[in-house]
Amino acid sequence: MSTTAFAGDRPRPTIVLVGHGMVGQRFLEALAERGLTATHRVVVLCEEPRPAYDRVRLTSYFSGTTPEELSLTDKEFISTHGIELHIGDPAERIDRETRTVTARSGLTVGYDVLVLATGSFPFVPPVPGRDAEGCFVYRTIEDLLAIEEYATTRARTGAVVGGGLLGLEAAGALKGLGLATHIVEFAPRLMPVQVDDGGGAALLRTIEKMGLTVHTGTATQEIVPGEDGAVRAMRLSDGSELATDMVVFSAGVRPRDRLARDCGLAVGERGGIVVDARCRTVTDPRVFAIGECAQAVDGRVYGLVAPGYEQAETAAAAIAGDEAEFTGGDLSTKLKLLGVDVASFGDAHGTAEGCLDVVYADSRSGVYKKLVVDPDGTLLGGILVGDTEAYGTLRALTGSVPPVSPEQLVLPAGAPVRLGPSALPDEAVICSCHNVTKGAIRRAVAEHSCTSVPEVKKCTRAGTGCGSCVKVLGQLVDAELEAGGIEVDKGLCGCFSQTRQELYEIVLALRITSYQDLLDRYGREGARGGDGCEVCKPAVASVIASLAPAIGASGYVLDDEQAALQDTNDHFLANLQKNGSYSVVPRIPGGEISPEKLIVLGEIARDFGLYTKITGGQRIDMFGARVEQLPLIWARLVDAGFESGHAYGKALRTVKSCVGHTWCRYGVQDSVRMAIDLELRYRGLRSPHKLKAAVSGCARECAEAQSKDFGVIATANGWNLYVGGNGGATPRHADLLAQDLSDAELVRLIDRFLMFYIRTADHLERTSVWLERIPGGLDHVRDVVVHDSLGICAELESLMAAHVSHYRDEWAETLGDPEKLARFVSFVNAPDTPDPVVAFVPERDQMKPDLPLLSIGRRPLEGTTQR
Amino acid sequence: MTLAPETTDLKVQLRLGDGWFTVCDLNALLPGRGVAALLPDGRQAALFRTRSGRLHAIDNRDPFTGAAVLSRGLTGTRAGRPFVASPLLKQRFDLVSGQCLDDEGVRVATYEVRASGPCDGSAD
Ligand code: SRM
Ligand SMILES: Cc1cc2nc3c(=O)[nH]c(=O)nc-3n(C[C@H](O)[C@H](O)[C@H](O)COP(=O)(O)OP(=O)(O)OC[C@H]3O[C@@H](n4cnc5c(N)ncnc54)[C@H](O)[C@@H]3O)c2cc1C
Ligand code: SF4
Ligand code: FES
Repeated sequence: MSTTAFAGDRPRPTIVLVGHGMVGQRFLEALAERGLTATHRVVVLCEEPRPAYDRVRLTSYFSGTTPEELSLTDKEFISTHGIELHIGDPAERIDRETRTVTARSGLTVGYDVLVLATGSFPFVPPVPGRDAEGCFVYRTIEDLLAIEEYATTRARTGAVVGGGLLGLEAAGALKGLGLATHIVEFAPRLMPVQVDDGGGAALLRTIEKMGLTVHTGTATQEIVPGEDGAVRAMRLSDGSELATDMVVFSAGVRPRDRLARDCGLAVGERGGIVVDARCRTVTDPRVFAIGECAQAVDGRVYGLVAPGYEQAETAAAAIAGDEAEFTGGDLSTKLKLLGVDVASFGDAHGTAEGCLDVVYADSRSGVYKKLVVDPDGTLLGGILVGDTEAYGTLRALTGSVPPVSPEQLVLPAGAPVRLGPSALPDEAVICSCHNVTKGAIRRAVAEHSCTSVPEVKKCTRAGTGCGSCVKVLGQLVDAELEAGGIEVDKGLCGCFSQTRQELYEIVLALRITSYQDLLDRYGREGARGGDGCEVCKPAVASVIASLAPAIGASGYVLDDEQAALQDTNDHFLANLQKNGSYSVVPRIPGGEISPEKLIVLGEIARDFGLYTKITGGQRIDMFGARVEQLPLIWARLVDAGFESGHAYGKALRTVKSCVGHTWCRYGVQDSVRMAIDLELRYRGLRSPHKLKAAVSGCARECAEAQSKDFGVIATANGWNLYVGGNGGATPRHADLLAQDLSDAELVRLIDRFLMFYIRTADHLERTSVWLERIPGGLDHVRDVVVHDSLGICAELESLMAAHVSHYRDEWAETLGDPEKLARFVSFVNAPDTPDPVVAFVPERDQMKPDLPLLSIGRRPLEGTTQR
Repeated sequence: MTLAPETTDLKVQLRLGDGWFTVCDLNALLPGRGVAALLPDGRQAALFRTRSGRLHAIDNRDPFTGAAVLSRGLTGTRAGRPFVASPLLKQRFDLVSGQCLDDEGVRVATYEVRASGPCDGSAD
């Protein structure tokens, strides 16, 4: 069937557009603007089930943008201009001799001018299994609907093949759908086309921080389907297998030029319909090609929308008989991918001869900026990752010699001090217990001449409530003093001018086993011979305990002088509660506990009338024990095979586990066994702050390993080790330290990591803060513990080996020592009389501290407000 | 610190009104740590022995929380004066005057304390 073009009586020339995508729609608009829709019959064959939409914003579908909102056209535009739009009816054949196009429906349209705007198709590498159920591409709204359906009903893990611009978008979408997401990129870096190695590194860091797992330099070799035919895993070029429930291919695009090839139009070597500067095919002057399906006169196929739009304008102009040319487009791009700003412009990769780079990189904040200049200073191009503030200006300056030096162009705005609390405004509340602002703290230093944290505490009350703000308070006071030209004392406390790290080195090198010895020899002048203070005593006790086997000290924290140094919790091997009673937390390694042991805990709690609660650390806390009851309780616990859980110490707390592959259908390793092994290995290890860990049996991460000081996540090939995670007040996601480790490699790395942390951290500095603070950050730590850049790994390992072999249970040891037990009394002169202040009232079938009793006899606090 | 043999039978005594109340053997006090004593009227005292051997006693009740725990705090010296830091919220108290070092308006009671031999009752 043939439809001849008649409108009224007068035949109008017909323009047929094949493809109603972004560029196709722009072409229609250009035709309309030039009045060509009035003089021509315009027929559009549109393959997709909907008219043109904004493909660039495709991913915003996942953040709630509806397909209708993405639409680039409306019925009115189409009808006003009399355009015949055939939706869901792709062109199947072009006959250049009869000048007709035949669509799938059988519709045949004769043309005077034919415009091809068929775009691209996603390239799917020819790997076995690529057709398995669960394999997708990322190009159309229909693709996204299918991905969403599959991801939410059938997948927990997803992998994206390709770490380019679109791959990262697809990965972000999968992550947003709640999948544990992997990106597999063949090139050694992400976004290989847009950024260089430095930019790739900054990007990688930021993306890993978001919890995506990136495998660069890795090719996909096979998609492994399960018995049901659906994707189960993918095999990678390094021989490993990555368990995944779905795969999204985003390995680049190829021009859709099949129609053109079939009708004998010339196509480029790597695809793309060859056109001239007017976007006319070089083969047939009646046929044009625009957008991603065309190879422009400069030999390039443009994969961005802006050059496509220029081509649409050019073709419309050519059809109207106007002058216009498309000789090449700007490849500059500015994107916001997964929340990361990335921009590249001009000669981003510095291909011009003799050109020079000016680079600013800050891998901590994920910022990387590179400018390419030629020797006379002309700006040629650049790459911006993480901070694209200056993109507009820089792009505008490209091709000229900028008014300021290139260094100034890449330095962060308002350069140096933008770190930590100094960046906060004066109105920011630092201490929420007492509602003290940063401004008030600064005034305390500047106007009330406070020169130390205790003075500022006294003056402002900041830090005298829960104490959680003291760290920040210290930083602010230091910053303010420094600003006032006062030298800040970095010493541990009023007794020592050294930092904890320096004291550690002194203790280790000189094998000092006594606090008094250390104080008398290395303390500040006025502190020598004295009693020290509440800060340095536990800090030094912790250093001596960490190093005990290596320096020949007793590792038992209640021995001799050590006992006097311990905080009350360590001194009574239990946690002090608000009414003076204690809580008891036996170790439950990995959270695994037998019914017999559970029963014992229940019996003990019942017999001593203790309040019981499951903790956030997968174990059981029993509250309300009086000091004189502690040995009785522990005698029964030790008897039943329990040991100290060190809930009271700056020491290893728990290694949480998920149930792992023994029971869980998704598990790939035995996470429970590994958690128990690790907990038993590091139990009792005293450190600058408490240590928490977890082991998850697969990337679903039920054990929340990424919020721990060290977290282990099982992979099909072993274990991934994450470090520096933190929950608490300032949560931090852990950083990936190493991947696919064997059991032995994992343990060795953790040994080194922990010992390096213990050696170099400040007093009460969690691994998260330490990792952010130490110069070089994660990269430095990786160099030291993975690559042994300081040559200390053997020593770190042997320190840990000594700890492991010398471990003894503190409670068992205490129970065997009558002299130590004698300290567990309420009153030295009435050991059997319970402290009357420790009393309880019932609540929800258990008991709680009697608060009225606590307030009775409390002295009226003259001149102080109620706390 | 090692105790000389002749000090081992010394008793720690608190002044209560006009008399001295015997609390415990001196060697029950570990230098740098405290103990709690129950007084005849039901009050509690916290007794400390410093590194230099000096004895101090203050009320055991932490005025900030109401709990009887000051005896379990860590001791130290600041500007030559001994103090104890409450184990609960860490406020420090001067062991000689009972003055809270972190809050001018707060002070705890102090007791006169001595170590006395079995016969002579001489102070430390
Ligand atoms: C009992 C427990 C709450 C519960 O009922 O679940 C608890 C109770 C206390 N936590 Fe905690 N934390 C408990 C799990 C947690 C968790 C959850 C976890 O471990 O998975 C966190 C967040 C994870 C983390 O640490 O990164 C947590 C973050 C904190 C913090 C904030 C640490 C930080 O780096 O920001 C403190 C304060 C500190 O350590 O300086 C703290 C301090 C405390 C102290 C020790 C406060 C104190 O000095 O009295 C509490 C007394 C414990 C006791 O037994 O008397 N607790 N605490 C949990 C004991 C777990 C265990 O089995 O050992
Ligand atoms: C997720 C995503 C994000 C992107 N982000 C950006 C970005 O940030 N910046 C940027 O510049 N570019 C971006 N792009 C690229 C941009 O979308 C393309 O450059 C642009 O859509 C190209 O327009 P086009 O009309 O040439 O091709 P398309 O928009 O793909 O349109 C081609 C149309 O032709 C149809 N078609 C094909 N064959 C036939 C046939 N035989 N008959 C009828 N119809 C046919 C197709 O179904 C399709 O609808 C992104 C692309 C994707 C997928
Ligand atoms: S993390 Fe553990 S429990 Fe969670 S799904 Fe994976 S194996 Fe199962
Ligand atoms: S926030 Fe400052 S003391 Fe609690």
